[in-house]
Amino acid sequence: MSLRNIGIVYRKEMVDTLRDRRTVISMVVVPILLMPLMTLGMAGISIRMMKKAKEEVPRVMVVGGEDSPRVTAALHKLSTVQFVPPSSDYAAQISNKQIRAAVRIPAGFDAALDRGEPARIEIDVYAGEIKSEFGAARLQAFFQEFRQHTLEQRLEARNLPASFIHPFDVVKQNVAPPEKVSAAVLGGLIPYMVILLCLTGAMYPAMDLTAGEKERGTMETILTSPVSRTHLVFGKFLTVLTASLATAVLAVLSMGVSGIFVKRLLRDIPREAASQLQLSINAKAVVAVFVMVLPIAVLFSAALLAIALFAKSYKEAQSYISPLMIVVILPAVASLLPGVELDAKLALIPILNTSLVSKEIVSGTYHWNFIVLIFASSCLYAGAALYAAVKLFQREDVLFRS
Amino acid sequence: MIEARQLTKVFRDKKRGHIRAVDQVNFRCVPAKIYGLLGANGAGKTTTLRMLATLLQPTSGSASVAGYDVATAPQQARASLGFLSTATALYGRLTAREMVAYFGRLYGLEESALRKRMDELFARLQMQDFLDRRCDQLSTGMKQKTSIARTLVHDPPVMIFDEPTSGLDVMTARTIVAFIRECREHGKTVIFSTHVMSEAEKLCDTIGIIHDGKLLEEGTLAELREKHSQHDLEEIFVRVVGG
Repeated sequence: MSLRNIGIVYRKEMVDTLRDRRTVISMVVVPILLMPLMTLGMAGISIRMMKKAKEEVPRVMVVGGEDSPRVTAALHKLSTVQFVPPSSDYAAQISNKQIRAAVRIPAGFDAALDRGEPARIEIDVYAGEIKSEFGAARLQAFFQEFRQHTLEQRLEARNLPASFIHPFDVVKQNVAPPEKVSAAVLGGLIPYMVILLCLTGAMYPAMDLTAGEKERGTMETILTSPVSRTHLVFGKFLTVLTASLATAVLAVLSMGVSGIFVKRLLRDIPREAASQLQLSINAKAVVAVFVMVLPIAVLFSAALLAIALFAKSYKEAQSYISPLMIVVILPAVASLLPGVELDAKLALIPILNTSLVSKEIVSGTYHWNFIVLIFASSCLYAGAALYAAVKLFQREDVLFRS
Repeated sequence: MIEARQLTKVFRDKKRGHIRAVDQVNFRCVPAKIYGLLGANGAGKTTTLRMLATLLQPTSGSASVAGYDVATAPQQARASLGFLSTATALYGRLTAREMVAYFGRLYGLEESALRKRMDELFARLQMQDFLDRRCDQLSTGMKQKTSIARTLVHDPPVMIFDEPTSGLDVMTARTIVAFIRECREHGKTVIFSTHVMSEAEKLCDTIGIIHDGKLLEEGTLAELREKHSQHDLEEIFVRVVGG
């Protein structure tokens, strides 16, 4: 094995690749610009929407309640909503977003309360529409408080303590580490993105250095030089691997930078909302994810090189490789589904295993037996793909396919 | 020196079965002489030359280039030859200088020797004006000069040309023809394939007529003329291939 020759091929291929506009776009521009745009844009938009929704004073309507002055008087003191005159088409007005919610008070509500009979307040809402939900929530909060107040009056009248209707408390407490909580929300996305970008980053150079060379007629030129075909494959493979990892590293770096901006944005909005968007992942976990993804990047680079080499032209290579995207995306997406947990069988499925274990690593859990098993099996698959690429490069019916 | 002994190449084709593209071909090319392989399209010229250049492996028989067997010592054989055809393109995104340097390094030249050799070649081929332009921006003539520099960078004793002038305009073709002659003057062993009779007449010391994978006739132009009592090479060719 001549490292000198591999080095010469690698250097040349890197220069060649970096001068290819398509590769540079997929390797540098996409991760550096697209990732922050996506994270910042998504966070920015959702934060702005939430803020705007919270700031708005929702227009609500009270339907009925003319014979119940006590409840309507208390209700109209509510300053967090704006009341509009009652009308029979309240449902249509909610649908048309003219008003956000409506409350229906049945006839004889005050009297029923006095008699101790059951009564029912109905709140109409446009389910799933955040501004409507906010309006309804304010009405609901008012009636809960009103009910509590009524209850307290009744207990007092009967001379009963408050604990009579509140014998004990139920409190739910979180024991998972804080990373784990945020990881459950967004953490699964990081390894998924890294795996996907490793693939997209490798795609163009792999096609360009094989099918592209055949198409442009340089394959024959290089094969007449004394460099062995094995050295040639290794030089090309290392170039594709570099592009693959560079894409993933650049994406994670730019996501990190945009994460800092997201944190700044979050300063302006209430704490509880912020915690849902926050992504607390330490650098150690990111490095560990990269180590786990390394054999996958090798697998992608070698497999793409082998597949694209088989094609006669760039176009043919594209038609082979595009379906491969789905093959990769499916297991990676499967790992994002709730309830898919790592076990010995899943640990042997390439891509899915790495995606799952990386999700655990990001959430702060290190199952060493799985980590070793998955790393070893991924290395095995990567080795097999590399072997196939080297073998394919020796086949003249593949190199001179016409 | 190039020697082919019973050189045979069989391709397998799903539809057509086994195709004997080259069938037990024997020939010998010696230094300072030009051997021309004359044949129609599909006669087996390219396959023969690709076997000599170790791009394809012979199915049976053997061949040697500068004393190296193409099957057992392909790397040494490749290191001893320069291969030029219209199919051997340049890397479009490299400059002419980078292209030649890349191949020089692959041929094992040390940096200082490479630089000296490149300066010499660039001056001889008058390439100074476009050395730092990308190959995809060069004219056909400039590209051919760069290709010539690429094949000569390691000063090989053997040169293989596979239809080097096909598709080129007259002026560029003349550059190539002059270059082939120059190779002979420098004592190199030269083999080249063509289907252009006038080119073979002008250049070749020995002509081999290949048809359907078989070498049907071989000799100097004078020998062929005498044997077939015919002056015109085209007529001789047609008679040999039985057209």
